[in-house]
Amino acid sequence: MATEPIDLEAAGTCVGPDGSAIGMPQLCADWMPNQIFWLLIALAAIYFVLSRIALPRIATVLAERQGTITNDIAAAEDLKQKAVEAEDAYNKALADARSEAQAIIAQNKAEMQAELDKAIAKADAEIAAKSAESEKAIAEIRASAVESVEAVAKDTAGSIVAALGGQADDSTVAAAVDARMKG
Amino acid sequence: MATEADGHSDGGLVFHPMDQFIVKPLFGDGAVNMFTFTNVALWLLLAVACVIALMVLGTSKRARVPSRTQSVAELAYGFVYKMVEDVTGKDAVKYFPYIFTLFMFIVFSNFLALIPSSFSPTSHIAVTAVLGFGVFIAVTVLGFVKNGAGFLGLFWVSSAPLALRPILAIIELISYFVRPVSHSIRLAGNIMAGHAVLKVFAGFAAITAVAPLSILGITAIYALEVLVAFIQAYVFTILTCVYLKDALHPSH
Amino acid sequence: MEGDLAHIGAGLAAIGSGAAAIGVGNVAGNYLAGALRNPSAAASQTATLFIGIAFAEALGIFAFLVSLLLMFAV
Repeated sequence: MATEPIDLEAAGTCVGPDGSAIGMPQLCADWMPNQIFWLLIALAAIYFVLSRIALPRIATVLAERQGTITNDIAAAEDLKQKAVEAEDAYNKALADARSEAQAIIAQNKAEMQAELDKAIAKADAEIAAKSAESEKAIAEIRASAVESVEAVAKDTAGSIVAALGGQADDSTVAAAVDARMKG
Repeated sequence: MATEADGHSDGGLVFHPMDQFIVKPLFGDGAVNMFTFTNVALWLLLAVACVIALMVLGTSKRARVPSRTQSVAELAYGFVYKMVEDVTGKDAVKYFPYIFTLFMFIVFSNFLALIPSSFSPTSHIAVTAVLGFGVFIAVTVLGFVKNGAGFLGLFWVSSAPLALRPILAIIELISYFVRPVSHSIRLAGNIMAGHAVLKVFAGFAAITAVAPLSILGITAIYALEVLVAFIQAYVFTILTCVYLKDALHPSH
Repeated sequence: MEGDLAHIGAGLAAIGSGAAAIGVGNVAGNYLAGALRNPSAAASQTATLFIGIAFAEALGIFAFLVSLLLMFAV
């Protein structure tokens, strides 16, 4: 470079006495063998390193990554399939459970209906029995009430006749009351 | 780029835009012979070190979920691999390491050359000519090995009218032999031009009045050079793929 | 005076850079026009775009090279 002192004899024909280039440095034939030599070394080194180490390594890394991605996608597909299957199974189970529940409900309903019917029938029968009994009781009560009325009427009639100063025996009074009550 | 241009060395503005390309020995003051450890050698080996750091150390963990360095390495791998596959075809994948070597070398040389006061090996025609002619010779030999004399069908445009074919053959032949020249000079010229322009702008910075403008210009050109550094590596690689395609499938 | 003529020649050769710029602009512009008409095909043609730019630019680089040679090597 220009500012550094350069040994004139060593610099050769391509560098002027002031240290700057004469003509184009690119065309200086003195320097070309050196450049070519080192260039070939550099290229050989790069080629060797790349082809032996770097490129196979990168190729494997890329292939591995591709493989991993493919595997992962396949696995994801698989899992998705499984999820779909699981969903189907779930839906089926749900449907089964629902129909079973329906059946149980129907059965329970039928049982309940039967029991209810039975209970109603029993209740009806009891009610009927009770009402018959009550009717009988009422009839008895009525009958006894009529009898009592007759007795009371006979007594009352006898007492009234006696009070009025009449004389009446019991049978006449009774016959008269009976006749009245029938009338 | 070398140290900044010595603007007022003897009064007026003096530009030495080409001084940054001078090859000089790093140890001792001998003449530059073939095996001298020069600045070229240093920056070439630095490029090698960077490639190794990225592609070998960066991927040493072989992580399934890549680290930052590893994903850059994988990105570069995928980028060039796809380029080879798309442009040249699936059967060219076995030449991928060569093409990838070229790409990584050029990319890192170009980017390392953008460090201020560094040296840019790819701006030297000797360097790029080795790359370009290397590709040219390899592709030509490969073409003849794979296709035999059928490789010459590359120059015989069978879709053209018969009368035109000899003329076209000459044109194709010339363009074929210009390929390595343009291939290498494109890279060297781009890098050299960019760095020389940077240097010229830096020279203007010696005048106080225009120094801000000059610094602004350097910034803009530098940004362009970052782009060019990548694009030229890309173009070199993709043209290599195109030439390789011609060798493998010479029929038009 | 020989050096002066060489410098004039170098300047003339640098015009080639401008011509190359026109070429590159043509390639990029036409690519963009095509890409806007058919955006789905744009991505597949990026490689072609860069190859086209590279070819157009190579000739500019040749002009630049001639210019440099005249400046420094003659």
